[in-house]
Amino acid sequence: MFKNVYNWIDERLDFTPIWRDVADHEVPEHVNPAHHFSAFVYCFGGLTFFITIIQILSGMFLTMYYVPDIKNAYASVEYLQTQVAFGQIVRGMHHWGASLVIVMMFLHTLRVFFTGSYKAPREMNWVVGMLIFFVMIGLGLTGYLLPWDNKSYFATKVTLEIANSVPVLGPVIKELLQGGTIVGAETLTRFFAIHVFFLPAVLLLLLVGHFLIIRKQGISGPL
Amino acid sequence: MAHEDKSKEKVVYVGDSRIRKGEGFVTPPDYTAYPGKSEAFIPNFLLKEWMVGVVVLVGFLVLTIAEPAPLGYPANPNAQVIPMPDWYFLFLYQYLKYPYASGDYITLGTLGIPGVAFGALMLAPFLDRGKERRFYRRPIASSLMLLSIASLVYLTNFAWTHYQNELEASGLKPEHIQREEKARENREKGLPTTNAIQDQEVAIVDKDDPAMEFYKKATCVSCHGADLKGAGGPSLRGVGDKHDQEGILTIIKEGLNGRMPEVYSAAKENGLSDEDIDHLAEWLAKQKAEAVE
Repeated sequence: MFKNVYNWIDERLDFTPIWRDVADHEVPEHVNPAHHFSAFVYCFGGLTFFITIIQILSGMFLTMYYVPDIKNAYASVEYLQTQVAFGQIVRGMHHWGASLVIVMMFLHTLRVFFTGSYKAPREMNWVVGMLIFFVMIGLGLTGYLLPWDNKSYFATKVTLEIANSVPVLGPVIKELLQGGTIVGAETLTRFFAIHVFFLPAVLLLLLVGHFLIIRKQGISGPL
Repeated sequence: MAHEDKSKEKVVYVGDSRIRKGEGFVTPPDYTAYPGKSEAFIPNFLLKEWMVGVVVLVGFLVLTIAEPAPLGYPANPNAQVIPMPDWYFLFLYQYLKYPYASGDYITLGTLGIPGVAFGALMLAPFLDRGKERRFYRRPIASSLMLLSIASLVYLTNFAWTHYQNELEASGLKPEHIQREEKARENREKGLPTTNAIQDQEVAIVDKDDPAMEFYKKATCVSCHGADLKGAGGPSLRGVGDKHDQEGILTIIKEGLNGRMPEVYSAAKENGLSDEDIDHLAEWLAKQKAEAVE
């Protein structure tokens, strides 16, 4: 039954080569932690992706309760934290996961740097990876404001002041992010939109690029 | 590409423009140059990666359960708070406090040094072009990176220690800890633990006053509701903030801008005396929002 359905679709779409290409490609011994324990350093990239998936899933659940509005944002987070079943766990995963993603990404970057894996012909993937790094930092920055408590409010004020001090473009950047002359309702909705729609979209595109390139070029050989 | 009649495919497309299947799927780079035990990605290798992932996941969940995500008090521009960014921004935050990165040198601070540092990181493969991959054979690249990591650690630690000292000096506790302690206290006393800003309902002043009965008899109730919360007409709770006794009496007698008809005659018909109506107006004028507390 399952096989018939599969064949029916495959006759039309011919997708077997696509997934076989993903599944069957060989992974060399030197990155396999089952053969060399020290090869766990090669897992940091995969772990970054794993935590990213957790971030996306937990974030989707958080938006079921979160209200991006200065009157209700704090109330909704507090409700989520104190009343909703498993709300504290889901919010905790998203909160600590945000830090963990940065840590894993940092370790992955160091692994790639110290094994010289970014060298020709893999320059492009390093650049894409750095762009992912900046997007992640942006996600952390915008997500920090969303609970709308004093810590996030004042941190965002300081951040926007720093943006403001950039010569020429500074004030424009500040006002664009802030959505007005004060940190207020518009800032919150803007940060929410950037955090939930703009940056994740960019992130997913960059990740697809990152994976296509590594698939095309393969993992760099042993040292 | 035109469709060939002799095709053996079961599904035949008209005007077939599909991309033709190449020489099988893209062959992965050959690792035979490094003889070893290479294996297929799915399921063999993915299983090993998943095992590492599970170890990380368990640690992560333990952290999540042991340490709830912090939450302070609702944002209030007048609050006494030492502003702190998230930990991975601390190094930038600290570095921008140095005299050569702020004040007259702010351009150097916000664009110059970060631009060079992050620009160099971004363009590392184009700057470090030698064929050598081992880090101990690339002294310049490796030492620059080690120096950067050392300064990240130093700046982050400096900012954090400074924050701890500031907290101690000012006697402030981080708000998420304050909130948690207060919530625990309140929970033990059976009080509500929420800090969210509530929409406060204005209560009725002197609910047992006979004016409450006059209010019903004078037909006010049909538009303003039995509990003064408003129905067809607006809420009368806190109406004393907007109108005084005289004003209310005038509205009862003459209506309001055509939005409310006069109700004086209806009140008289229902058996209210002028004194009763005066008392009703006086009572309504007492309906002030702050009178409740």
